[in-house]
Amino acid sequence: MNATATELDTVTAPAGQALLNEMPREKLAWMLQRMCEIRYFEEKAEDLYVRGLVHGTMHLSIGQEAGSVGSIAALQPDDLIIHHHRGHGHTIAKGADLTIMMAEFLGREPGYCRGRGGSMHIADIPGGNLGATGVVGGGIPTAVGIALALQMHRSKQVLLSYFGDGASNEGEFHESLNMASVWKLPVVFICDNNQYGMSMHMSRSMNVKKVSERAAAYAIPGKTVDGNDVLAVYEAAREAITYARSGQGPSLIDCLTYRWRGHSKSDRNLYRTAQEIEEWKHKCPIRRFKKVLVEGAVMTQEEVDIIDLAAKAAVDLAAEEAQTLPEPSPLNMEDEVYAP
Amino acid sequence: MTANPIREITYLEAVREAMVQEMRLDPEVFLIGEDVGTYGGAFGVSKGMLEEFGPERIRETPISEAAIAGAATGAALMGMRPIMEIMFMDFLTISMNQLVNQAAKMRFMFGGKCSIPMVIRAPSGSGTGAAAQHSQSLEAWFVNVPGIKVVAPSTPYDAKGMLITAIRDNNPVLFMEHKLLYRMKGPVPEETYAIPLQSAEIKREGRDLTIISYSIMTPRALEAAEKLAAEGIEVEVVDPRCLKPLDRDTIIRSVCKTGRVLIVHEAPITGGFGGELAAVIADSEAFDYLDAPIRRLAGRDIPIPYNRTLERCAVPQVEDIVAAARALAQEGK
Repeated sequence: MNATATELDTVTAPAGQALLNEMPREKLAWMLQRMCEIRYFEEKAEDLYVRGLVHGTMHLSIGQEAGSVGSIAALQPDDLIIHHHRGHGHTIAKGADLTIMMAEFLGREPGYCRGRGGSMHIADIPGGNLGATGVVGGGIPTAVGIALALQMHRSKQVLLSYFGDGASNEGEFHESLNMASVWKLPVVFICDNNQYGMSMHMSRSMNVKKVSERAAAYAIPGKTVDGNDVLAVYEAAREAITYARSGQGPSLIDCLTYRWRGHSKSDRNLYRTAQEIEEWKHKCPIRRFKKVLVEGAVMTQEEVDIIDLAAKAAVDLAAEEAQTLPEPSPLNMEDEVYAP
Repeated sequence: MTANPIREITYLEAVREAMVQEMRLDPEVFLIGEDVGTYGGAFGVSKGMLEEFGPERIRETPISEAAIAGAATGAALMGMRPIMEIMFMDFLTISMNQLVNQAAKMRFMFGGKCSIPMVIRAPSGSGTGAAAQHSQSLEAWFVNVPGIKVVAPSTPYDAKGMLITAIRDNNPVLFMEHKLLYRMKGPVPEETYAIPLQSAEIKREGRDLTIISYSIMTPRALEAAEKLAAEGIEVEVVDPRCLKPLDRDTIIRSVCKTGRVLIVHEAPITGGFGGELAAVIADSEAFDYLDAPIRRLAGRDIPIPYNRTLERCAVPQVEDIVAAARALAQEGK
C-alpha cells in the first residue's frame, strides 16, 4: 500500500562496477564488517533487553545499516558526525569500541556516557561522534553551530548531520538548512529515511514525494539515494562531502530505507503490514552488499563469511565483557551537571 | 566598589563594553543574533561592534531563534564561546528545545565529557508598552533546568562584571537584561573585571527588614527603602544578582539579622522564583529568626497588558514595595 523503493523512480541507479573497482578492498571489507557489527550488535542489544538486562527502551536500525556505513565510509577520520535516537549504526560506523558502547546500553560506569545517556544518547566526543539526540530533529540546529565553528576555525573538517524523515517536518529542520545554506557551512544533511515517523508513513506526513525535494527551498543540492545500497550511499556522500569541504556549502541526501523492527520496544507494528516488512527484508542491505562483493569478484564467499563471523564474535565478546563492568555510583551525580 | 571616582556609563554600554573587551581578549568569543550588525541590535546594545570585529564575529542571522540557539550550542560544543542575543526574552520560547534539551543536557547526558560555554543574552521585562509577547520575565523556567545558570544584574557595574564572568563560564548562562535598566547610569571601571556569579550583594544595609530583589526590582526596592527611611523604617536590600547558582548565605544572614523578609520580582507570582527564595529561607536557620511570615510581592498572574495604567499595575512599582514593606515592618508588633 505504501511507497516502496521500486516505485520511487528517481532513486539513483545501483552503484556500478566502476566504483567497486576503484575502491580499495580494505575499505570494502571495512564497510562490510561495520554493517555486520551493527546488525549483530543490535540483535544482541535486543536480546539483552528481552532478558531484562537493558533498562528503558531502544530504537533499532536493523535494515538501515547501509545509510550510516556508506556515508561515514566517505569521511576522513577526523571528520565529525551528530545524529539521532536511532543512532547505533552511526556510532559503530564512526568507530565506537563495542564493549564501551554495550557498557553504555547496560548503564555501566565505563560506558561512553558513564551510564548517564544510554542507548539513545551515545556520544564519543574524542572519536568525532558528537552525540545522539533523543528529540526528533534536535540535532540539526546544533549541527549548524558545529559546522559554523569548523568554518570560523578555517578547519578542513566536515560534519555529517543525521535525522529521520519525521524530523524533516520539524521547524528546526527548516531554520537550520536555511541558515547552513546562507552561510555555506561544511555540513551534509543526511535523512535516514525509513519512511515512518513512529507510525506515520511519509505519504501522510508530507506532500513532497521525496525528502530531497526540500533541498530546493534552500538552493542546495538534494538527492534521494537507495539507502539499502551501501555503495550508492557512499557515492552520494562522497560527492556531498567534497562539495562541503571545498567551501561550497551543505547538501541534503535522502537515504531511502526501511526499519525492520518497530519504532521502539513498545511498537506492535499495527500501522504496517507483515507483508510490507517481509518485502523489505528481502532488500536486506547486508545480504545485497555481500552479493555485490562476491559477484564483483572483490571477495570470495569464504572471505565474506569470515568477516561476518568476525563481526559476530566481536559483538559477543563485547557483550560478555560489558556485563562484567561496574555500575556507576549514585554519589556525586551533580558533579557532571556543570563544567568547572 | 572602588575608592576612586570612576566614569558613569549606562547599563547598555556596560553590557557592550563587557562583550567588546572579552572579544578583544579571546578570539573564540563571538556575538550571534538577529540584527546585531549594522542595526546594532534591536536595543542598540551591539552598536559599533560590527565595525571593530567584522561580520564573522558579529554574526547576523535570519529570523530563526531555534537555529540561533542551535548555532550557539554547537559552536560552544566545539570550544567557542558564543554570546547569543535573543531580541526579546519572549522569543526564547522558540529556542527552548536547543537550550533545554541540548545545551543544558549534553554535558551530563554524555557523561561529563563535553562542555557548552555560551551566554544567552535576553532583554526581559515590561514597562515599554510592548504588551504580552514582548514583556515577559521567564527566569523561573530556566532556573528549573539543571545545566543552565541564570543571572539578572541590576546595575551597570554588576552587568559588566557578571557578563564577563558569564562569557568565561564553561556552561550555558542565561543573562537577563531588563529593558528599563538599559538607560540607567552608574559607575563602571574601564578595565576588565569579573564578578563571581554566585555572589549576592547587599545593596543597602538596614536593620528592620530585608527586601530580596533582582533586576529592575532592585532600583525600585532601593527607591522604596529611601522613602521608608524617612518614616524611620530601615530596609536592607539584598540582590542575589545570580539566581542560579544562588548565594544562599548572604540572603540567610540578612534575614537572620532583620527577622523580616519581603521578596520582590516582576515575573508572575505563581511558580515564580520568589517561591524558591521563600523556601530557601524557610528551610534555613533563618526560620527561627522570623518575626513575621515571609512575604512575596510579584507580578500578577496575568499576561502583561498594553494599556499604560494596566501595564503599570501588572508588576510591582515603588509605591507597592513601600506599602508592602511598611505593612511587613509592623506585622506582629
